[in-house]
Amino acid sequence: MRGAPLRVYTILYLLFLYAPIALLPLFAFNDATIIAFPLSGFTTHWFTDLVANAALRQAVGNSLFIAAMTAIFATLLGLCAARAGAMARFPGKGGIIGFVMLPLVLPEIIVAVSLLIVLRQVLGLNLNNWTVISAHVLICTPFSIAILNGAFQNLDPSIEEAAMDLGESRFSAFRLVTLPLVMPGIISSMLIAFTISLDEFIIAFFLTGANPTMPVYIWGLLRFPAQLPVIMALGTILVALSVTLLIIAELFRRRGLARAGIKDTGGFL
Amino acid sequence: MGLGSFAKSEGGRAATLLAPPFLYALALLALPILAVVLFSFWTQDFMTIDTQFTLANYREFFDKPIYGVLLGRSLMVSGIVTLVTVLLAYPVAYFLSFHVPSHRKSLWLFLITIPFWTSYLIRVFLWKVILGYNGVINSGLVGAGIIDEPLSFILYNVNAVIITLAHAFAPFAILPIFVALEKIDRSLIEASRDLGETRLTTFFRVTLPLSMPGLVAAVLIVFIPTIGDYVTPELMGGAGGKLIANMIQTQFLQLNNAPMGAAIAMVAMVCVTAIALVFVALNRRWLRGRG
Repeated sequence: MRGAPLRVYTILYLLFLYAPIALLPLFAFNDATIIAFPLSGFTTHWFTDLVANAALRQAVGNSLFIAAMTAIFATLLGLCAARAGAMARFPGKGGIIGFVMLPLVLPEIIVAVSLLIVLRQVLGLNLNNWTVISAHVLICTPFSIAILNGAFQNLDPSIEEAAMDLGESRFSAFRLVTLPLVMPGIISSMLIAFTISLDEFIIAFFLTGANPTMPVYIWGLLRFPAQLPVIMALGTILVALSVTLLIIAELFRRRGLARAGIKDTGGFL
Repeated sequence: MGLGSFAKSEGGRAATLLAPPFLYALALLALPILAVVLFSFWTQDFMTIDTQFTLANYREFFDKPIYGVLLGRSLMVSGIVTLVTVLLAYPVAYFLSFHVPSHRKSLWLFLITIPFWTSYLIRVFLWKVILGYNGVINSGLVGAGIIDEPLSFILYNVNAVIITLAHAFAPFAILPIFVALEKIDRSLIEASRDLGETRLTTFFRVTLPLSMPGLVAAVLIVFIPTIGDYVTPELMGGAGGKLIANMIQTQFLQLNNAPMGAAIAMVAMVCVTAIALVFVALNRRWLRGRG
């Protein structure tokens, strides 16, 4: 069969990609404080420790709040940009969209230090969850735009025009016709922004206030080896959670493509 | 044209819609970066900022060898990571685009992206478990009798940083190359084969040049962010594997010297941008030379 060596190579590459993740459940259920082979025995008490850890619960709560707010605001901004992108050209439009997409190729530490300088030194504000949210919205908006661009470009503009010809106002035509058609794109954009924000560490470490986010809390734990199996348990739950969220996002994206009557050509991005 | 007709024209409505994301990026990206530029020309003494314009921070950067060493090492690590990641990713993208039937493509892409939506910190830590002195690789190799002593060159040095980063950025390299390969008109490849080129020469004379935009995007999307990562060098690099981003982080969060941190960030950003622009320009010239 043609391409057989390539197939073998790709499968080996996938093994490389999955190697670290495969270890997670092994150590999460392993009855030893030291993260090393050989494994000693089965236990679930790292998971009960996890639930009993109040500081961790609070960090997870903070992160969920930050991720939810980021998902909403980044998707709103992405919606504006993607809708504008599908409309008529005007001078400077390409440049402006390029500028909004810039955080995609900017080292995160630059975003982190520049916002830290402005918030702390120029404005003298205290750091809290909202300072993290503001930065996460900035880096998630380009992802939202990329996803929603797909949704809007698949859309036939004559459907909305038809609604307006039939007497709907511009806004209600958008709400009743366009919005339901791009809704799957909106949901997958929110899920992606949520997932990125939930995992983001480099910026959050600079901008987090007195209440750490989950990654910042994990970072602290990495220095105390006794707590590491609890992190493995947490990681296992997170993997399961992200995979579930991603499957839901992918299903919505496919449903959107089916609704717009387009053949599926690829995955995210 | 009055304001009213501007607001009613489609271009005008598009501009109005684009205003919120634009203003947001202006306020939280452009202005803060401007502030970094300003700060890099100021000095800080404990808590008070001296706004007297000075080149002292830049002078310190170029006088003390540590900064140059860190920046050089950072650029080298990012360069190697980019090369390794893109070279390893290209065959995967090629396989997905040319050998996987189209209804299975999203499934494969999905399989590739799943590991990367899991906690980055935990992934880096797990590489430590794999590469460590008592790690998976060493205990496996010792157990199999291949080596007597655990290998020590795979953790707490630059090699470990490179392996971990090459893993972390894999999908960012695969996806743009895949997209570029998907766009190639298959009849061009058939035409090349019909005109007598072998499979190999067709790849180098048709497929590879046509996939260049994706390759360039992959290089930039891996090279630029790796410069700004301080997690992997901190956890994997040991004493000799620290990079420039660790120095920026130390200046801001431990030494409380924002102006010096700003100056280091500026130099790093200028270097990265310059290298990226040179790379894009060289690539353009190469493609034009062929076409």
